[in-house]
Amino acid sequence: MQLKLSGVGKSYGGLPVLSDISLDIASGEILCLVGPSGCGKSTLLRMIGGLELPDEGEILQVGAPPEGSLNPLTFIFQDFALLPWRSVAGNVSLALESHRAISRAERAAIIADVLSRTKLGDFANAWPKQLSGGMKQRVAIARALAVRPAVFLMDEPLSALDAQTRDILMDDLIELWSRERFTAVYVTHNLQEAVRLGHRIAILSRRPGKIRRIIGIDTPIGARTHQDPELLAIQEELWGLMREEAEAADKELTHG
Amino acid sequence: MADDDAQTRPVPYRGGGFSARPMRSVGVLTFAALVAVWELGSRYGYISNLVLPAPSEVIEAFRDLWVSGTLWEHLGASLYRLVTGWSLGTIAGIAVGFAIGLFRPVRASAGPLVAAIFPIPKIALLPLFIIWFGIGEASKVGLILFGTFFPTVIATYGGVDNVDRTLVRMGQSFGLSRWEIARKILFPGALPAILSGMRITAAIAIILIVAAELIAAQRGIGAYIQMAGSLFATDQLIAGVLVLSALGLTVSALIGALELWLLRWRA
Ligand SMILES: Nc1ncnc2c1ncn2[C@@H]1O[C@H](COP(=O)(O)OP(=O)(O)OP(=O)(O)O)[C@@H](O)[C@H]1O
Ligand SMILES: [Mg+2]
Repeated sequence: MQLKLSGVGKSYGGLPVLSDISLDIASGEILCLVGPSGCGKSTLLRMIGGLELPDEGEILQVGAPPEGSLNPLTFIFQDFALLPWRSVAGNVSLALESHRAISRAERAAIIADVLSRTKLGDFANAWPKQLSGGMKQRVAIARALAVRPAVFLMDEPLSALDAQTRDILMDDLIELWSRERFTAVYVTHNLQEAVRLGHRIAILSRRPGKIRRIIGIDTPIGARTHQDPELLAIQEELWGLMREEAEAADKELTHG
Repeated sequence: MADDDAQTRPVPYRGGGFSARPMRSVGVLTFAALVAVWELGSRYGYISNLVLPAPSEVIEAFRDLWVSGTLWEHLGASLYRLVTGWSLGTIAGIAVGFAIGLFRPVRASAGPLVAAIFPIPKIALLPLFIIWFGIGEASKVGLILFGTFFPTVIATYGGVDNVDRTLVRMGQSFGLSRWEIARKILFPGALPAILSGMRITAAIAIILIVAAELIAAQRGIGAYIQMAGSLFATDQLIAGVLVLSALGLTVSALIGALELWLLRWRA
């Protein structure tokens, strides 16, 4: 399943937030979205996921979602969005309960499977409150895996975590992608994450967000390292593009 | 510097204090001392029996109440009114509060009405309720129902309003229906607020039932206290008050246990 955005625009109460966004996201591709604060990245992601309607343009899903996908467009949120009154297994279960076709036994099997894939097998009965930030986000990833998405929509999934946990989870995500070859739109402020994970990186300008540049990275995701000079050069280039936008956006915010 | 003995001393301690750690034994001791002073004061004539009976007399009055079975008659009557009125008021309040939290037209129509009626001291409506429902049980149950309904409504929709909206977004992003979001996300999310509302309405219900029974009842703890007062039987009067205190403590312990169990995910 592919996604096709053409001429997408959005404003909130007369304030244009996004304008003329056109993008094609191929199956199995990870597209990273970077841009200054407030440029509309989260808004764009919500529109792609059907949680909000664009004012202009259209967002199309091309081709049928893969067989057995329960929730083709699945979010992973920055603040995890776990229900504190449900255990780890209960949180995963929430995503499956509304699907009548899945029996109780099947549901339990799916939960056990995704929890073991995210190394949470021993924590099925723990409350979210008892988990570290990294484990909470792994629960959210397990919940997403349970509905077999065609596209992952991730809004700064690692930014609430400390640096070490972030590295570990990044490795987990890379490993996951190598196995499952999912499609993803990945919003981040962290350029290092963008060059580690993105097949392409789209840089948005400050509000109203437009696509300023799209940079492709050829190195296979599995073969990328922290020290790769080519990646560092791209990161430098991205920072150059981002810097002016971020500075200008920063000034804009201070005088309203 | 460091080896200059005159200048070397431990860092002065200035922490500690301001702790909320319980000191249970002190509470018991205070209580026992107070009762002892009161008993001695009564025995040696410093406290007139008409003003305040000795603790031993209160215990005697309580024993009478217990043995003769009047305690159960009065307590039973009060409990019946409390439980029915409070349960009905709470159930109706949760339903209406939830509807206000979920549906904007309901909020727009019922919200201001609730806000207007909420501050009325409900006991002022007892005469009206007696005219409407008669002097019997219905007017008292109705009063408690009415008195617990509004705070419950307010606690419930406040709780629903306070549920983190990203959780609602999350539910939508997994394709949950509106009904599922209400049942699996908004209701459990509002439960802590609903339970603390219950704590308040239980206290309100006890106040209302005693007030109503003081004014117009033949049976009930309030009626018993009223009778004792008109006979200047202060020992019975205080015994009745002690029963109320025990009732309040029991109710609050029950709700505490309910909270502990329903909100165990918070521990
Ligand atoms: N529901 C809303 N109502 C009104 N304005 C909104 C709403 N959601 C977002 N905005 C505004 O739209 C703009 C873009 O918001 P958005 O959250 O998409 O930015 P972002 O790029 O994700 O920023 P950040 O990097 O800080 O997460 C901001 O100015 C924000 O204030
Ligand atoms: Mg954002």
